[in-house]
This record gives sequence, structure tokens and C-alpha cells, in this order.
Amino acid sequence: MKIAVCVSHVPDTATKIKINSEGKSIDPIGVTFVVNPYDEYAIEEALKTKEKFGGEVFAISVGGEANKETIRKALAMGADNGILLKDNNERDSFAVAKALAEEIKLIGCELVFMGKQSVDYDNSITGQLTAEMLGYSCITTVVDLEIDNQKVIAEREIEGGREVVESELPVVITAQKGLNEPRYASLKGIMAAKKKVIEEKPAFSVENVSEIIKMYSPPAKNPGRILGTDSSAVPELVRLLREEAKVI
Amino acid sequence: MSKKILVFLEQREGKIKKSSFEAVSLASKLAAENGFEKEIVTIGDAIENLTEAAKYGIESIRHFKNNDLANYSPSAYTEILSNYIKENSIDIVLFSNTSLGRDLAPRVSINSECGIIVDCTNLTALNGDFVATRPVYAGKAFIEIKLNTQRKIFTLRPNVFTAALDQKAKNANITTVVVNSPNVKTRVANFKKSEGKLDVAEAEIIVSGGRGMKGPENFKMIEELAESLNAAVGASRAVVDAGWRPHGEQVGQTGKTVSPSLYIACGISGAIQHMAGMSSAKYIVAINKDKEAPIFSIADYGIAGDLFEVVPALVTEIKKLKS
Ligand SMILES: Cc1cc2nc3c(=O)[nH]c(=O)nc-3n(C[C@H](O)[C@H](O)[C@H](O)COP(=O)(O)OP(=O)(O)OC[C@H]3O[C@@H](n4cnc5c(N)ncnc54)[C@H](O)[C@@H]3O)c2cc1C
Ligand SMILES: Nc1ncnc2c1ncn2[C@@H]1O[C@H](COP(=O)(O)O)[C@@H](O)[C@H]1O
Repeated sequence: MKIAVCVSHVPDTATKIKINSEGKSIDPIGVTFVVNPYDEYAIEEALKTKEKFGGEVFAISVGGEANKETIRKALAMGADNGILLKDNNERDSFAVAKALAEEIKLIGCELVFMGKQSVDYDNSITGQLTAEMLGYSCITTVVDLEIDNQKVIAEREIEGGREVVESELPVVITAQKGLNEPRYASLKGIMAAKKKVIEEKPAFSVENVSEIIKMYSPPAKNPGRILGTDSSAVPELVRLLREEAKVI
Repeated sequence: MSKKILVFLEQREGKIKKSSFEAVSLASKLAAENGFEKEIVTIGDAIENLTEAAKYGIESIRHFKNNDLANYSPSAYTEILSNYIKENSIDIVLFSNTSLGRDLAPRVSINSECGIIVDCTNLTALNGDFVATRPVYAGKAFIEIKLNTQRKIFTLRPNVFTAALDQKAKNANITTVVVNSPNVKTRVANFKKSEGKLDVAEAEIIVSGGRGMKGPENFKMIEELAESLNAAVGASRAVVDAGWRPHGEQVGQTGKTVSPSLYIACGISGAIQHMAGMSSAKYIVAINKDKEAPIFSIADYGIAGDLFEVVPALVTEIKKLKS
């Protein structure tokens, strides 16, 4: 079975965000980029599935040269092939999905893993978009997965519980935390990954459908009041919540 | 010809969600300001509170109905909505940004040739164009963004737009459309409810506990405070990773993003990833014994003391108030 795992290269979640001088995106200087946290679950699930059914795992990323670092991480964990679909311009989810869909079609993957969300633009839509472009089924925010022949049964996390979803291959699965415990890359894996050649080709050419007009920092919040250091402050707290905030 | 704005009403277990009415209300407002025609579509089996939509200013509702549509089916719902949008030349479609909305809207966007912007916290029509505002980088920044496509889909963050009653509202005219053999290739076979009563993503008030709780047994206190306020219980990642609380309760960048009217953080330091998920709460209360804890930098009210003394006192005070 040919398995794709799509990985995005994002600012570390601990990063403080600075807006660049154009006011349309962030200033990347001094920012550490990492594998999107949810994509680690996707990589792990792709590897587990390969270990069970046999096959080949293709780690694919759309973006600039720097994304190779993230691809390399997937290779170190155990992916067989790395592909960079190169575009130095910022793409929206639609344009990313188009590039991914074209490549997945070309390779002929019938199982595709993605993260449920990329922690940069927090879109949570690339999996669904890619699946629809390919005519594949898609199950999102998956925390439990079973594949049996052509049948797929997954549990997805939603408000107040879990939905059990039944579907068929080919399918795109987007991974939520809880799906598995991502493995650490072994030293051997890291060494092997260094030797692997990452295939590089231009991303399928397509226009973005959206356009960012401006990016700005959220209005700073005034730090509030410390009402006290023990339970004697509780009556005042309750009074403020009731009379000033009017929330209880 | 005037533009057509469509709202998708989401039901679960035969009840339309409150956040769908927020979308209806926004559609009514946009329609009134710009002379758009509004339409409403819902999909499901029997739906008990469908007529409620009328109160928010909608006169007619189209209900696509079948037994097999009671539960969500991504394939069937996508097909029904996409066809409706194309056949009726809809210009703008609003969804609520719930887990269903977020799952469904992008699928519909591809099949009905719409551009899509998710998780909007504001949406305005300007000279025939639409400008959406939304948080990115987990709320550490915001963008204003627009679509270059003819047709446009927007999903709206729940609890941000108000469901305002329309004074002139008439009764809603409900048209039932029976769907023959819907395409349920992908479908929800079962729903496993979690034991907690309220989900953080939908709660008006959230009481969260962090590592300062010292152990899972002490969350009884948090549960009691939550119950007295009719609130949901939330947690920091530290306590979820420790196995004290289920992941469904995790608030933050890799948990849930919440915008309740009140968020009470007990024994939570306020790491950047935690604050990313709750900084848009209308009011924030922090209880932490370390007065330097970062959580105080975004809290409206704080008590810099021992939660084991403060929280029980708070429970007592709230119970007094409610009785
Ligand atoms: C990729 C990534 C993603 C992450 N995503 C998330 C996320 O989604 N959500 C999240 O929450 N975190 C997330 N984190 C983790 C985050 O960085 C913090 O580690 C975590 O939020 C800390 O949890 P805490 O505040 O409960 O614990 P701590 O930081 O240990 O804070 C405990 C607090 O309790 C206080 N305290 C102790 N005893 C008492 C007492 N008796 N009375 C009152 N106060 C007391 C202490 O003063 C302290 O401030 C993420 C981290 C990474 C790397
Ligand atoms: N540039 C990209 N290259 C490869 N995969 C991506 C890219 N952007 C997003 N993805 C995948 O899509 C998932 C959801 O991203 P998003 O819809 O942007 O939140 C991510 O977790 C990745 O698996």
C-alpha cells in the first residue's frame, strides 16, 4: 500500500509572534520552526499502518527550502521517501491542497494522513479539501483508527464525545492528539535520513482563492486586579463577577 | 439581482444548535444592510426546535429529511448542500465553526466552487466584497482576509456573534424535502457521549484546573465549582498529559480554543500555549499562589493565594448566591 503523510513546517508553539513591516504576515526572524505537532501523530500512524500492511510511506510538504527540515524529521522517524513541492510564495489551504492532491494522484496513494490542524493559520481544512479534490473519503480529528480490507472505522473527537465513523478506502485521515504516541527518531534513523535524497519539484501551479488584507496583533489586554491573597477576597470576587462583569 | 445568503442549520440528536442561530442572526443583519435574500437549509430526520429559527428573522426553511440523515454523514451532507448551492445560485454560505461545520464546510467548498474562510470572529460586507476577521497563530495574531471567488463560504466561531431576536419575525415556513437514498458512503454509525455533562467548546462558563491541583482526586473541587455555576470543566495540558483528566477537556493551542463569557483558571501558570486557547474569553479569573504567574497578565480578576483554601470558599459563596 502506498501511504502519504503531509507535513507542514510551522513556528514552535512557544514562539511570540511579531508581525512584519508589510503587516501581512509574521516576521520569521528569530522564530524556531518545527514539524507541526499534529503531523507527528500523522507520521506515526502512517508508519504503524505500513508496519501492519506493508508498503511505502511518502512524506510530502508544500513550501520553501526550509520545509526540508520537517521532511527530514519524517524520514528520520521512518518514512521511506521525502518530497518537497516547492513554492516560495505563501499559499492558502486551497492552493496547498491542490498541490498535495496532484502529487498524491501521481504517486497513487490510497491512504493519506495529515494533521487535524496546522498551528500557524489554524485552518483545519487541508485534509477535507485534498480529499474532495481527489474524490477520496475523509475522516477528520481522528483519535482511533482501524483499517480492515477496504473498510475504515475511525473515532473522531467532537463536542461532548466521540463519533464512530465508517468509511472506505481510499481515504484521508486527519490526526488528533490521542491517536497514538509518536515515536522518537532513533540515531540510526537520523543518520539514514541524512543520506536520503529529498525529491524536489515545483508545486502544481494554482492561484490562491483568498487574500490577506492585513495581519495585526490582538489589542493588548490591561492586566486586571489582584483582589487579595486568600479566601477573604472571595466575596469581592463574586460581587465583581455579578455586578461589574455580569457573568454569573 | 440581489445576492443570496444561505445559512446551514446544524442539528445534533434532533436539535438545532444555538450557534446556528448566531449564524442566522448575522445573515439577517447582513441581508438587512445590503438587501440580500436569505435562505436556510437544514439536514436531518425529525428536528424539534426548527421553528425557533423564525425568531431570528427567517421566514422559510428547507429541511432535507431522511432516516439516514439523522446522524452526520459527510458524503451525504456534502452532496445535498453542494447541489443546493449550485442549483439555487447561492452567493454566500454561513456555517457555524463547530466540529461538524469545520468538517463539512471545506468539502462543500470544493464541490460547489466556493472559496472558504474558517473561524471568523467578524464578517462585514463592503462594496460588494466581504471582509472576514479571524484569529491565527492560536489568537496570537489576527488577520483580515477576503475571498477572490464568486461564491464564498464563511464559518463563524461560536459564542462570538450574538443570536439577536428579530422583533418583526413572522412564523417560519418549513418545506420538507424527502431525500431518497442519500449517499452515506461515509457516515457516523454511533456517538459515544463522554461522561462530563458540558463540553468546554460549548460552555458559557469554564472552570479549569492545572498542575497546581496536585492530583486527580482534587478535581472534585473543580467539578463542584463548575456544577454550582453550570459550567464545564477544563484542564491544562500538564494535567491531561499526566492522565488526570481526559484530552477532551484540554484547553490551549493543541487542545480546544474556547471563548466563554467567564473562564476561571485554578492552579494554571498561563503558558503561552494555554493562553492561546482561552485568551478570547470575555472575563478571566485566575487563582494561583504565585503572584508572578503569567496567567495574571491576562486575568481580569485574580486571587494570589492557595487554591485549596480559595476554591472551597468560592464554592460556598456561589452556592449562597444561587440559593
Ligand atoms: C507543542 C506544545 C503544545 C502545547 N499545548 C498546550 C495546550 O494546548 N494547553 C496547555 O494548557 N498547555 C499546552 N502546552 C504545555 C504548556 O507549555 C505548559 O507546560 C502547561 O500549560 C502547563 O500547565 P499548568 O499551568 O497546569 O502547569 P504549571 O506550569 O506547572 O503551573 C502550575 C501552577 O499552579 C500553581 N500552583 C501550585 N500549587 C498551587 C496552590 N496550592 N494554589 C494555587 N496555585 C498553585 C503554580 O504557581 C503554577 O503557576 C503545550 C506545550 C507544547 C510544547
Ligand atoms: N504546506 C503544507 N505541506 C504539506 N502538508 C500541509 C501543508 N499545510 C497543511 N498541511 C497538512 O494539512 C493539515 C491541516 O492543515 P491546515 O488545514 O492548514 O490547518 C496539516 O496538519 C498537514 O498535515
